[in-house]
Amino acid sequence: MESTHVNMDETVKTRSVNDVLWSPHIIGFACNWCTYAGADLAGTSRMKYPASIRIIRLMCTGRIDPTYILKAFLEGVDGVFVGGCHPGDCHYQSGNHKAHRRIILTRKLLQQFGIEPERLRLEWISASEGARFAEIIGDFTETIRSLGPNRQKR
Amino acid sequence: MARIGVYVCHCGVNIASSIDVERVTKAAGKYHAVVVARNYAYMCSDPGQELIRKDIREHKLDRVVVAACSPRMHEVTFRKTCESAGLNAYCFEMTNIREQCSWVHENGDEATAKAVDLVFSSLSRAALLQPLTVQEVPVTPAALIIGGGIAGIQAALDIADSGFQVHLVEKTPSLGGHMARLDKTFPTLDCSACILTPKMVDVGNHSNIHLMTYAEVEKVEGFIGNYKATIRLKPRYVDMDQCTGCGLCAEECRLKDRIDSEFDSGMGKRSAVYVPFPQAVPLKYTVDEEHCLFLTRGKCGKEPACQAVCPTHAIDFSQKEKKVEVDVGTIVVATGFEPFDASRKPELAYSNYSNVITGLEFERLISASGPTGGKLIVNGREPRKVVFIQCVGSRDKNLGNEWCSRVCCMYAIKQAHLIREKVPDSRVTVLYMDLRCFGKGFEEFYDRVRSEGVIFRRAIGSEIYRKGEGLAVRCEDTFLGQAVEIEADLVVLSAGLEPGTGSIDVSKVLKLSRSADGFLMEAHPKLRPVDTATDGVYLAGCCQGPKDIPDTVAQAKAAASSALIPMIRGKVFVEPISAQVNDDICCGCRVCEAMCEYKATVFDEEKGVMTINAALCKGCGSCAGACPTGAMTIRHYTDDQIFAQVESLSRPFTDE
Repeated sequence: MESTHVNMDETVKTRSVNDVLWSPHIIGFACNWCTYAGADLAGTSRMKYPASIRIIRLMCTGRIDPTYILKAFLEGVDGVFVGGCHPGDCHYQSGNHKAHRRIILTRKLLQQFGIEPERLRLEWISASEGARFAEIIGDFTETIRSLGPNRQKR
Repeated sequence: MARIGVYVCHCGVNIASSIDVERVTKAAGKYHAVVVARNYAYMCSDPGQELIRKDIREHKLDRVVVAACSPRMHEVTFRKTCESAGLNAYCFEMTNIREQCSWVHENGDEATAKAVDLVFSSLSRAALLQPLTVQEVPVTPAALIIGGGIAGIQAALDIADSGFQVHLVEKTPSLGGHMARLDKTFPTLDCSACILTPKMVDVGNHSNIHLMTYAEVEKVEGFIGNYKATIRLKPRYVDMDQCTGCGLCAEECRLKDRIDSEFDSGMGKRSAVYVPFPQAVPLKYTVDEEHCLFLTRGKCGKEPACQAVCPTHAIDFSQKEKKVEVDVGTIVVATGFEPFDASRKPELAYSNYSNVITGLEFERLISASGPTGGKLIVNGREPRKVVFIQCVGSRDKNLGNEWCSRVCCMYAIKQAHLIREKVPDSRVTVLYMDLRCFGKGFEEFYDRVRSEGVIFRRAIGSEIYRKGEGLAVRCEDTFLGQAVEIEADLVVLSAGLEPGTGSIDVSKVLKLSRSADGFLMEAHPKLRPVDTATDGVYLAGCCQGPKDIPDTVAQAKAAASSALIPMIRGKVFVEPISAQVNDDICCGCRVCEAMCEYKATVFDEEKGVMTINAALCKGCGSCAGACPTGAMTIRHYTDDQIFAQVESLSRPFTDE
């Protein structure tokens, strides 16, 4: 853990011109029934949020294998967003609970890779929460901006 | 290698105004497997679809990607397009560059760059898509209807009249819902009971309708065409087959006239054994276990009076809760609304004064079948000065109820008319924010009531307090910009409509989404107003949002006809998205078994590997997400396909 911190400081100090032009690059996994529909509603309602996120649609957040998230970070993505149904609302009973457990585990793994766990965010966003989706993406983009680029991106 | 055709839609200006579609098309053309890349004004239009069909034939395309609106909008459309040109529907992939790109990003360069990334993500996925075979399954020729108000009644009758079995579940002891409690209906002043009770009787007598009152839906499993519902029948402590509805039990009950009647909004009284109202269907008595002396204390005199007097020995205190399972093909949700609880606005003193009542209470007060026999008597006197306060619990951001309840303007106007009819010299004032008389005959009715002498004042009621013998309403006249005090001996609060607990419970059982206001959410606000996101489940009436009786009946008929489509066709197509095991790498650890909610994973003891029962699998992927070896995957959402998207999106496209 010690060495992780040292490395991070160095990264900050040695920011290049590319880093100045850098903007957060986020991959999102959204379940078809709640968060994907919520993101669609944000669009239909013409809400604005940063163009930092690119979404992959899945039927359920329970489908998410932690390796998808690790793969994204190792490929250099700055943040990963996972959006599912509110607890109790999962279209498949409990896929969101399974995702919740896996995300907690994945955060621990990320730490061991020297990747800040805050770069992985899980949220419950229903099909009617378009405004909330836009707000969360804005907020998460700012979190990633303050964390800076993923150091894997070399 | 795959031969992909990619089509970028302008959607008029919806996409093209912020995304450079030419640039997206050009970039997509550089993907190695792309054979044709085009853009067109409206891909979903007939010529747009024809473009795809022609290319599939001429260029021998085996994969198609359309970058347009949300797949939740037009995935089905383009799947059909592909199929009509001989390409498997599952070789189609849609990129959402409208809802999740052009409509949400202002900066054209950023939106275009994102659109390119999203198209590449789809292309990398499309290259790995596999053709799948759609399964056809039979539809159980029966429907479950949840809720026995006017919406549920109408839907039940329509489906039953078409020759299909209906299981109608109502949580209270009788059909009728809120409509049974109304006196007259606006704007025609038909008597509510007169038009409703014949329909209730029809439901009760219909050979195709299996009516379950005093019952609740506890669990629903399955999918369109093949649902299995578990219904909990609460004990009535009355043998339904024996009870003749004579009412002697209620007459003799030791708690006669001592329990608030729910039907009369607490203004009338009933016994512990009761029917909610005389025209109840079924006309069978129910023992209220919360109040009955025998059930709460174990003793009621020497012998419960109801039991002693019942000529058919129908009272049975040994009854227990029962569970019934029914197989149905479709489900109509008609769970209605709950009136806003006016005590949540303490400044209006609803809890403090008995002459401050709600609109629904007024209905009982003025109804010939109500506690006063239709005489307008409040606190022993006929009111002379009546004030209506509109929008109580509606259009109120502080309460979190932003919606208009749609019926309060009209019911208040009707009630004002009824007061003037009974007490011609009364002074009736309606304090309104806006009057919304939008329906057929509404404006004309408002005009008539205004000319009858009812005073309509654009004012917001802010406080009610005692003044001398009567009440005073303080309000702000929004035309004059002045605070005004109006005296009253009866104040009617036009309480709005809220999503009921019944709808909230059902949303949990059926996994239905609710919109921001808490009402159940339709699949599309314009084009699929009675469908839900779950195939085979439809909405009728106020559970979807406040509406008046004609709108409710119209929606109930729409829900019934939607539910009839798969039942008449007799078969439905089930998405072939299901789990699949690779025998060669499954290590038989059985981790996936604990993940599956549907018991679709079946362990093969002999081979030591997991197998999937495709009929039970819903394709959620919980098993695949947990599989440590990667043996488990989901058709159409394979690891390869998802990894390809992750990789593609991780490396943004550059022109260089």
